[in-house]
Amino acid sequence: MTPVFHKTRLIFWSVVAIFFVMLPFGFSGGFALSMLSQMGIAIIFALSYNMLLGQTGLLSFGHAVYFGLGAFMTAHVINWVGEDRIWWPITFMPLVGGLTGMLFGLVLGFVTTRRAGTPFAMISLGIAEMVAASALMFTTFFGGEGGIATDRTAGGTMFGISYGPQIQVFYLIAGWCLVGMIGMFAVTQTPLGRMANAVRDNPERAKFVGYNPTRVRWLMMTLAGFFAGMAGALATINYEIVTAETLGLVASGNVVLMAFIGGIGHFWGPIVGAVFVTWLQSALSTYTQAWLLYFGLLFLIIILFSPGGMANLVTLHKPAWHARLMKRLLPSYALAAATGALMLTGFVAVIELLYSHGGSGDMVSLFGLRVDAGSAVTWVAAVGLFVVGIVLFRWALKYVRRAWEEITPQLQSSGVV
Amino acid sequence: MSAATTNAAEKALVSLSLKDVHKSFGRTEIINGVSLDIADGERHAVIGPNGAGKSTLFNLVSGRFPVSSGRIELRGEDITNLEPHVINRKGLSRSFQITNIFPRMTVYENVRCAVLWSLGYKYSFWHRVGGLRDAAQRTEEIVELIGMQERRERLAGVLTYAEQRALEIGVTIATGADVILLDEPTAGMSHSETDEAVELIRKVTAGKTLIMVEHDMGVVFNLADRISVLVYGEVIATGTPAQIRGNKAVQEAYLGTEQD
Amino acid sequence: MLSSGLTLIFSMMGVLNFAHASFYMLGAYFAYQTGAYIGFWPALFIAPILVGILGAVTERYGLRTVHKFGHVAELLFTFGLAYVIEEVVHLVWGRAPVDYRVPESLDFTLFTLFTTQYPAYRAFMMLISVGMLISLFLLLTRTRVGMVVQASLTHPDMVEALGHNVPRVFMMVFAGGCALAGLAGVLGGNMFITEPGMAFAVGSIVFVVVVFGGMGSLAGAFVASLIIGTLQTFSVALDFSMLGVLGAIGISVSEDSNWYGLWSITISQTAPVLPYLLMVLMLIVRPRGLMGTRES
Repeated sequence: MTPVFHKTRLIFWSVVAIFFVMLPFGFSGGFALSMLSQMGIAIIFALSYNMLLGQTGLLSFGHAVYFGLGAFMTAHVINWVGEDRIWWPITFMPLVGGLTGMLFGLVLGFVTTRRAGTPFAMISLGIAEMVAASALMFTTFFGGEGGIATDRTAGGTMFGISYGPQIQVFYLIAGWCLVGMIGMFAVTQTPLGRMANAVRDNPERAKFVGYNPTRVRWLMMTLAGFFAGMAGALATINYEIVTAETLGLVASGNVVLMAFIGGIGHFWGPIVGAVFVTWLQSALSTYTQAWLLYFGLLFLIIILFSPGGMANLVTLHKPAWHARLMKRLLPSYALAAATGALMLTGFVAVIELLYSHGGSGDMVSLFGLRVDAGSAVTWVAAVGLFVVGIVLFRWALKYVRRAWEEITPQLQSSGVV
Repeated sequence: MSAATTNAAEKALVSLSLKDVHKSFGRTEIINGVSLDIADGERHAVIGPNGAGKSTLFNLVSGRFPVSSGRIELRGEDITNLEPHVINRKGLSRSFQITNIFPRMTVYENVRCAVLWSLGYKYSFWHRVGGLRDAAQRTEEIVELIGMQERRERLAGVLTYAEQRALEIGVTIATGADVILLDEPTAGMSHSETDEAVELIRKVTAGKTLIMVEHDMGVVFNLADRISVLVYGEVIATGTPAQIRGNKAVQEAYLGTEQD
Repeated sequence: MLSSGLTLIFSMMGVLNFAHASFYMLGAYFAYQTGAYIGFWPALFIAPILVGILGAVTERYGLRTVHKFGHVAELLFTFGLAYVIEEVVHLVWGRAPVDYRVPESLDFTLFTLFTTQYPAYRAFMMLISVGMLISLFLLLTRTRVGMVVQASLTHPDMVEALGHNVPRVFMMVFAGGCALAGLAGVLGGNMFITEPGMAFAVGSIVFVVVVFGGMGSLAGAFVASLIIGTLQTFSVALDFSMLGVLGAIGISVSEDSNWYGLWSITISQTAPVLPYLLMVLMLIVRPRGLMGTRES
């Protein structure tokens, strides 16, 4: 670990920062900006979740609790600022959320991290249900059904920034996202971060090198709570409202999906997952009613065929890339992509038709074409497309397999595998 | 010197002491009253037929299982039923019969994990582990000691069996403990691999107390200062290799027909 | 009954099935659909079988693939499955509750207790549940099939070496558990509402029951379901609050105080939280549950 290594990191993060700054210039427009803001929040949240799952081996079904509690606390503090009861710049509100998340991570974590594995997952689910149920009970803090509304411009204007316009909120989120990423990455490079990995891989052995796995898990939970709460605060600022849903089970489930689809085995996996899933959720839902179904199916497919997530799919090709053998794979990939697209089109057509069947009219918009959902021809065409697509795709997969078989001996001999 | 101070002086020289230790799983008694004193700096082998309870004994001493009754003392301090990590911090470290390392970390990182606590870094999340000079130095020393310099960036999960065993030993001693328990360190090794392993063990445990469970008699008679024979959860004999070889009861129960 | 199915699967395969409640829901929907064509009584038999088949397919193509990736992956798979099943139900039957009703032959009041009427249908449900449990117990402990199943749990390799098709056994067990869930759905679907959200509503409680009673113990699940069920019924009915208690000992809290919200919470309001609280406490204090045999 030479000093040069450190400088490379500095350059890397600067590039990321510049990228963030430039983003709105490439994606202007209200919809794009608000989606980017959502992505920023999701990235922090998903990364904080991966501190538990990918790094410490803790499968939590209740991480949104820390997100939500951070969000609620921040909402209250912002309102206090608005009522002139307290002074704290909006810019630093994420710290409020972070501290709240950290506190609850500390308290709840003490109780939950005594066990790992499945018991931990169950306890986290139980706690999530408990907190979600309490949210409707303690109406002063949680605002009951309507939640707590807040005004992000309550802090007035400072240096020309009032946080009224979305662009300002975006930069706030981007800034804290960078801070979060750097912070969470830094943790992975510390003794605690390393031992968290050790505890994940082999808690027994970790004990026999002097570490108490429970203590390690507890600390990671506390830190993860901090970053989750920070993300929650940014959500409050972005949406100006927090409800019981913010800390509910759907939100908890969502972050599991995000982290997992992106890939829990790599630090940057959840970033990819957060971006991808957020995009799916906003963009796809405008095109089709069935987006939740596609979402769930995607998740299942990833679990079944690539449990390392999208990140794993990428790193799988690293040796081939290094050995310059990628071009050998490309033809078969192209074939698979084409047939896969066919299959997918057929599949989507069938699903969309099914969805419209429950609806009223017979004319339905499919891929921008008007098709008659009542006619048998349409149905046959869709199903036919799907079936043909499946057959062709499986045939194409054979070529993919063959291509890999061809290059594997070369990969092995060149020493990368 | 009075009797009390002689006793005290003697006690100070005992690294590990088991006093009438019993262990039952349900109704089956595995360890049936074992008492053993192991001197500081001694190399002590525990041998016995399969199922005699040797691994269980290790598990009791290192805190993996609680005892049913009895006392275990480390340098005079009671460590009975303490948590494994607590015992480890007091200076006792063990290896496992079935290789028990961190498969997704490199050789270097495996060893480094083991040195972190003893260097005082504990649960720090504010030190950059890559920049810790003392950890790096110590890790390098150990990696060199076990002869894995060339393989230090390999993931532990893809090492060969013998390499993994060497790493296992490396991780065990990297904690800086001065009482080392090795559970069948040469299990499954060929002759040449065993010889290398014996040399390694001799090197790394110089000046420390070593307790070893072994089946390979060659290794035992080569390395051990004293031997205890464990049969059906009881120590039927303790003594120097020569004494054990000559012991009738041992010959009947265990050595039977002279093998190696 | 739901709990016993879940326990069965868990104790046999070490898999905690999130989608279990989804199979329950499918049972209800299948019963509704088939019942519309052929009536309730045949549906009572057909629907669970359909669900069981679905369960078998899931095991064969889904769980088996995921099994080699570890417990976490299995959990996540069933989690995703629950998600997808709910969406498919949306797709096929729409989002609104579906008109699945108690058959007329059973739609009368059996007796009244305190002020609550006890419908005959409930008695019917109870009868079937107990009947199922007893036959399940007998099947597992007395028959050869049951012994093979039990042996496969702890020594799958040995059982396989003896010539039994262990993967098939697992598939059967899983299918059986799902069929049980389906049966519960058939029975429960018309008593309670049949709608896409039902899996979620019921699923959480089932988890609580299973964990509380002890993962791996049928008796524990039974006891726990009684306890939790009673707790829920009574806690909803009770209208005390801490306020009342405090008042009884002479302390009164003014309405303006911030803490009023906390103290005025009645037990009936905390009712939803109580089962989860119990589960969390149990997991912390005694992860095996009341009578459990496996921790994870």
